[in-house]
Amino acid sequence: MSGEKGFLLTEGDLPALSIGAALLGTGGGGNPYVGMLRTRELLRKGAQVRIIPLDALPDDAWVGRVGSIGAPIIGIEKISEGGECHRAMLAVEEASGIRMAALIAAEIGGANAMVPVITAAMAGLPVIDGDGMGRAFPEIQMTTFSIYGEASLLSALADDKGNVVVFRKVTSALMLERLMRTATVAMGAGAGAAGAPLSMEFIRRTAIPGTVTQAIEIGATVLQARAKRQDVVEKVVEKTGGGLFFTGKLVDVRRELTGGFMRGHALLSGMGDWAGSEARIAIQNENLVLWVDGEPKVMVPDLIMNLEQETGEPITTEMLRFGQRVSVIGLPAHSLMKTPRALEVVGPKAFGYPEILFTPLADAAA
Amino acid sequence: MIRIGIDVGGTNTDAVIVEGDRVLAGVKSPTTQDVMGGVVGALTAVLETSGIEAGAIDVVMIGTTHFTNAVVQRRDLAPTAAIRLGLPATASLPPMIDWPDDLKRTLGGHVYLAHGGNEFDGRPISPLDEAELLGIAEEIRTKGVRSVAIASVFSPVSADVERRAGEIVGNALPGVHVTLSHEIGRLGLLERENAAIMNACLRDLSSDVIAAFRNAIAQAGITAPFYLTQNDGTLMDAATAERFPVLTFASGPTNSMRGAAFLSGVSEAIVIDIGGTTADVGSLQKGFPRQAPMAVEVGGVRTNFRMPDVFSIGLGGGSLVVDMDDAVAVGPSSVGYRLTREALIFGGDTLTASDIAVAAGKAELGDASKVAHLSPDLIARARRKMMEMLEDCVDRARVTPDPLPVIVVGGGSILVDEPIGGLEIVKPEHFAVANAVGAAIAQISGEVDSVYSLAETSREKALEDATGKAKDAAVAAGAQRDSIEIVDVEDVPLAYLPGNATRIRVKAVGELNVG
Repeated sequence: MSGEKGFLLTEGDLPALSIGAALLGTGGGGNPYVGMLRTRELLRKGAQVRIIPLDALPDDAWVGRVGSIGAPIIGIEKISEGGECHRAMLAVEEASGIRMAALIAAEIGGANAMVPVITAAMAGLPVIDGDGMGRAFPEIQMTTFSIYGEASLLSALADDKGNVVVFRKVTSALMLERLMRTATVAMGAGAGAAGAPLSMEFIRRTAIPGTVTQAIEIGATVLQARAKRQDVVEKVVEKTGGGLFFTGKLVDVRRELTGGFMRGHALLSGMGDWAGSEARIAIQNENLVLWVDGEPKVMVPDLIMNLEQETGEPITTEMLRFGQRVSVIGLPAHSLMKTPRALEVVGPKAFGYPEILFTPLADAAA
Repeated sequence: MIRIGIDVGGTNTDAVIVEGDRVLAGVKSPTTQDVMGGVVGALTAVLETSGIEAGAIDVVMIGTTHFTNAVVQRRDLAPTAAIRLGLPATASLPPMIDWPDDLKRTLGGHVYLAHGGNEFDGRPISPLDEAELLGIAEEIRTKGVRSVAIASVFSPVSADVERRAGEIVGNALPGVHVTLSHEIGRLGLLERENAAIMNACLRDLSSDVIAAFRNAIAQAGITAPFYLTQNDGTLMDAATAERFPVLTFASGPTNSMRGAAFLSGVSEAIVIDIGGTTADVGSLQKGFPRQAPMAVEVGGVRTNFRMPDVFSIGLGGGSLVVDMDDAVAVGPSSVGYRLTREALIFGGDTLTASDIAVAAGKAELGDASKVAHLSPDLIARARRKMMEMLEDCVDRARVTPDPLPVIVVGGGSILVDEPIGGLEIVKPEHFAVANAVGAAIAQISGEVDSVYSLAETSREKALEDATGKAKDAAVAAGAQRDSIEIVDVEDVPLAYLPGNATRIRVKAVGELNVG
C-alpha cells in the first residue's frame, strides 16, 4: 500500500536523526540518546522501518501517534521495558476498533522523535515523514492535531509493568493532559502514550510535513561539518534557512519551578559580531523567547536553537551552564503553527508573555 | 605535616616533598614498566634531594593514570559480570549495550537482568527476587567470573536494593569482588552502570597496583599511610582506591590544575599544563577544576564521572616545527619523551618547539649553539604561531570576561614567557612538577547527589540535609570535620515530576585527618 515511496531508515541515519531531533527540540524534548540506542538494537535484530511521505497512503487510512510521557530524568534512569508504547497503541486499536496503517510522531523535537520509529519497528508499520509540532512543546494540546480539532481524544497509557489505562470520553485536550500526567506519576513518572487514530486525510491537512527528513538532514549537516572541520553553525544556518541571531557566552542561568514546570532564563554576553550586546532567553523546558539588548527577536512558535559554538552540539535547557559558548539560531515555524488559532495555543501569550506580539521570522527558505 | 606527592605518568614519575605550604624538593624520574621501580626511584631521589628522613614523612599521595590506560589499552582487565536490577523496566537496553565490541569481548559479555530497583520516589519497581539472584550467582560461579558489578534503578536516590543484592551475591560467591553502582556514579543508569562495570573489571589490577605502591613506599623506608587522588582532585585511602580504581580516572589533569592553584596562590584562573606532546587547558574555580557538564567517554564507553572540563591541543615541548612556504606548523606531531635525543638542542635532527624557545633566548635547555643557525624570521613566526594556539585555547577556556591570570605549568612551560591574549601569565616555582604538588596537597571530599521532594520539605531543609550528608561523607572518608567547606552546590528542579522534585548535589571538601 505504501508502495516504494519514502525510504528505509538505516542504522547510519540514526546518529544524524538523533542530533537533528535534539536541535529541533529547541532546548527541550529530552535526550534522544536512549531512543537512538533502542532503535539501533531493533534494526540490528532485523526490524525494518520505512519513512513515508504524506501522500503515500489513501485518505481513509488510519494513523496512530505514540510518544513517551514523563520527566526526562526518568528516561535516562528507568529505561523502558520496551513495549510500553506498542501496548498503548494496541489498546487504542482495541478500544476504537480501528487498525493503524502507519504511525506519526506528536513531536519531532527531542526523544519523542525516536518513539514512533521504535513502535513501528515492533508493530511492522511505516512512519509518516512529519509530526504535530515541527519542534518540541511541553503539552499534548500544543500539537497541530489538537489545535486543528482532532475528532477524538481516545487515548491510552501503558507502563513497564503491564498496566494499561484507556481514556475514552475526555472533554478537552487540556483535561486529557491532566489525566495523563496524573496516571503517569502513578506509573512511576514515565509511561508510553498513544493517541486516537487520525485519518490520513486529516494528517495531510494538519501535520508539519517532512520533519523526519529535516531532522536527519540537519543532523547530517552537523556531523559532516564537524568531520570536515567546517564552521558547524554556519552550515546549519545554510541548511535550515534559519538565521544566526546571537553568539555569546552564557553568563547566568536562573531556574525555578512554577506550576510543575521549570521556568527561567539564560543570559548571554555577546562575542564576535555581538560583542558588547546582551541576550536573554526565556526557558520553560524549551527556549521560548530570545531578546537581544532588550528587543524580542525570536519567539514561540518560531524555533530558538542553542548550539555549542564549536561542535554544533544541541544545548538543552537542562544542560545550560555558565561559560558555555552558544550560537543561537532562529528558524521560522511552519505556517500551520502561526495561524491565529495556533498562536492562541503556542504563541508568546500562551506561555505567559502577553506583552509580546508574535512577530514571525521571515522564512528565508521560502 | 610532611607530605610526599607522586604523579605516575606515562613517561615520567614526578615526586615532591611538601611541608605545610612549602615545596621542599621536586624531582622527575622515568616511569618503569613495573611501576614499582619508578616509584621507588622517585621516592629515593626526592628524599635524597630534600635531605628529609624517610621516617619523618607523614603521608604519601599518589596520582596515577594506570587505570585509565588499562581501559584505553584493554590491558589487565578481568572478566566481569554485570547484574542490573529493574525488571520489568529497562529490558529494552541490557547492560554494556553501547560498549565497543573489543572491550565487551575482553570482559566476556556476561550481562544479567533481574527484578528489583526503585521508582523515582523510592517505591519498588518490583520486589527483589533472592532466588533469581542466587541463580545468576550460580551461573557466574560456573563461568569462573570473579568480578561483579550491580546497578539498580534509582540507586543514587535509594540504595537499599542495590546493597541487599550485593550482600546476596557476595555471600553466594565468597572472595568475588562486588561493585555497587551508587558508590561510584550519579543518576543516569547506563552511564553509572558502565562506571560500575569498569570498576569491577579493574579490581584485580587495582589489588596488584596498590600492592606495588605499598611495596615501593616500604622499600623507600617510609611507614606513613598512602592515598590516591581521584578525578575531582581529592583523596581516597589505599583501601578505598583498591575498591574504586575507576575514581582515579582523569586525576592527572586535575592534579596539575590543583597544583597550579597551590603553587601560584591563585584560585580563579585558567591553567595550561604543557607536556611533551599536548597542552591541557582548563579553568579553575575556587581552586578546583571546573567539572565537565556532559557524559564523558573513557576508552569508548560513556560514563558520568566527575571529570574535569579540560581539553587538549597538540602543542608541547616536543612538538614538531615545520616551515612551509607561507606558514609554519607546530604540532600535533611530537617527539614526545624522545625530546632529549631527537631535538636539535640535544644533538638530534628534529626541529621542535623547545628548540625555538631556546633559539629565541627564552629558555636555557640543552646546547643553544645547535640552534644558532635558525633564521630570526622562522623563530619569530614559530613563536607567533604557538602564541596564537595558546591564545585560542585560553579564550575557549575563559568562563568570565574578567581578566583572570593564566597559570602555566608542566615541563613544556618554557614555551611561554609573555601574556597570552592580554592575560597576565603566572609561572610558579616548581612548575615542572605541578602534578605531583597537586597530589601532595589533595584534600578529602564527600558528595551527595539526590532527589528531594520540595512539597514535603522546604528547599532550605533539603539543602541542609544534603549538606549534612556531604559533610558526613567527607568525615567518613577521612577529613577533619572543622576544616570542611562546601565547595559545590547544584540544585536543579526536575521538570514534570510531582511534588516539586529537585535534584540536589552537594560536595564537601576538607583537610586530611592524619594520625
